[in-house]
Amino acid sequence: MNTRPDMGSLSGSGGELPHRSDYSIAHLRHIPRRFFRRWLSAAFILTAFGFVAHAFATGQIEWEVVGQFFTAQSILFGLGNTVIMTILAMIFGIVLGVVFAIMYMSPNPVLKSVAWFYIWFFRGTPLMLQLLLWFNLALVFPTLGIPGLFEARTVTVITPFMATLLGLGINQGAYTAEVVRGGILSVDIGQTEAAKAIGMTRLTTLRRIVLPQAMRVILPPVGNEVISMVKLTSIASVIQFSEILRNAQAIYYANARVIELLIVAAIWYLIVVTILSIGQSFLERHFSKGVGKPGVRTRTAVSQERSV
Amino acid sequence: MSTPPMVVAVDIHKYFGSLCALKAVSTEVAKGEVLCIIGPSGSGKSTFLRCINQLEQADKGAIWIDGELAGFRQAGDALYELNDQDIARQRAAIGMVFQRFNLFGHMTALENIIEGPVIVQKRPHAEAVDEALTLLDRVGLSAKRDAYPSALSGGQQQRVAIARALAMRPKLMLFDEPTSALDPELVGEVLEVMRDLAQSGMTMIVVTHELGFAREVCNRVVFMDEGSIVETGTPQEVLVNPRHPRTKDFIAAVLA
Repeated sequence: MNTRPDMGSLSGSGGELPHRSDYSIAHLRHIPRRFFRRWLSAAFILTAFGFVAHAFATGQIEWEVVGQFFTAQSILFGLGNTVIMTILAMIFGIVLGVVFAIMYMSPNPVLKSVAWFYIWFFRGTPLMLQLLLWFNLALVFPTLGIPGLFEARTVTVITPFMATLLGLGINQGAYTAEVVRGGILSVDIGQTEAAKAIGMTRLTTLRRIVLPQAMRVILPPVGNEVISMVKLTSIASVIQFSEILRNAQAIYYANARVIELLIVAAIWYLIVVTILSIGQSFLERHFSKGVGKPGVRTRTAVSQERSV
Repeated sequence: MSTPPMVVAVDIHKYFGSLCALKAVSTEVAKGEVLCIIGPSGSGKSTFLRCINQLEQADKGAIWIDGELAGFRQAGDALYELNDQDIARQRAAIGMVFQRFNLFGHMTALENIIEGPVIVQKRPHAEAVDEALTLLDRVGLSAKRDAYPSALSGGQQQRVAIARALAMRPKLMLFDEPTSALDPELVGEVLEVMRDLAQSGMTMIVVTHELGFAREVCNRVVFMDEGSIVETGTPQEVLVNPRHPRTKDFIAAVLA
């Protein structure tokens, strides 16, 4: 601050040097740039938001009805079904995804083709169509079982719950397989070679060395898919699975409070998704250990731009 | 055979597509011997090293490690490839140190070292930790036991990698250009650890560009070019008075 301007360090800069006395302004206070357009756009957005809020407040929504049905038994039961189905279908999907990703990368051409077909078929057809296929499985196979061991009528096995679990889980597996494959490919080949060099077999290498490091790449997209899954369960209402949206609909068919019950469902979806997002960030932190300094996030393009 | 050599390689050929990476490479390494392999890049020296612990499979020829045929089983007039478990078991007895360290990124220095003993050799965790701490001390990194590889310098990572290989109690250590990826000022600390290891009687095969190290530590030097062994002998013979013109050219180029 109070050191004299060093003339020596400037002499190499090439261009014409200003007169020595011009350097005397170096001690002046710095005033940050003002961002008038930011203030303007913020004011505009707030005004627009005000109008929307006003419209809803004076619109024909009975907020007491929202409160009344928010914790109704049928809504909470549907919420429970939605959450349970999300968890089970996701676990099923991730297990299938890992298995099929490994098969897809196997040197065995049969395993590879089967994995390719699985991904091709279940990513290539609409989820709702798949749910209807599982639900109507009894039309193809009236009974299910292993001959001689056990046998059951398909309609009693494939309940709406089972059909939804199969449909969502198997569909999810096809997407997760691609995510897992990308994660495995992101791990440096040197890691595999080092694992082999200390005598690990192919499977141990995958389990101990490759997959834990692939998790860092796999988790963010899988987290997104868990959040999608919460909402995808609502599609299962077409096969009579009583998740939250279907139960909300059942109520408004009776009392005609359509918007109020849709708001109830929307708030519950938002609560579940928010909780899951928080869980996701904890998991991501756990699996990013060993990458960069702990607790210090690398600067992203956006955060850099913000500070410019 | 009373006590077989540590490594016997006979007539090793290796092709990458139409490229012949190794042609008829044969050599022997005695127990306790330190062999340095030098040569220009693309000469097949790393490929040969990788054939020894079967990270590459030779297309022709055979390698014996301590008297045991590596990677194959003889039946009648053919050699049958071993399965994953048997190859893994053979590799566990051979330590390997890589040019790019390849420490497991999600594990601390200590976890890297005990991974093999605990998971592969199924030794008790506490015993593996004790031994790992001794090894960390030996490579001068006791203070870094809980550091992740990303927080270590290249030289430190390579020293942990050497400790990781030693934790498996190998009978043979392979070094694939262990100092080539290091900043010049970090080369010394890694060579120091390798020098100590050589003095302890470990059998070592070192692919290197460090001619000073080769001259000082190795018992024997092999010069490879274009997939074959051109010249072999004591450091004095190969490095100081090379006979073959290609060896002379290479050494002149490296020292220039």
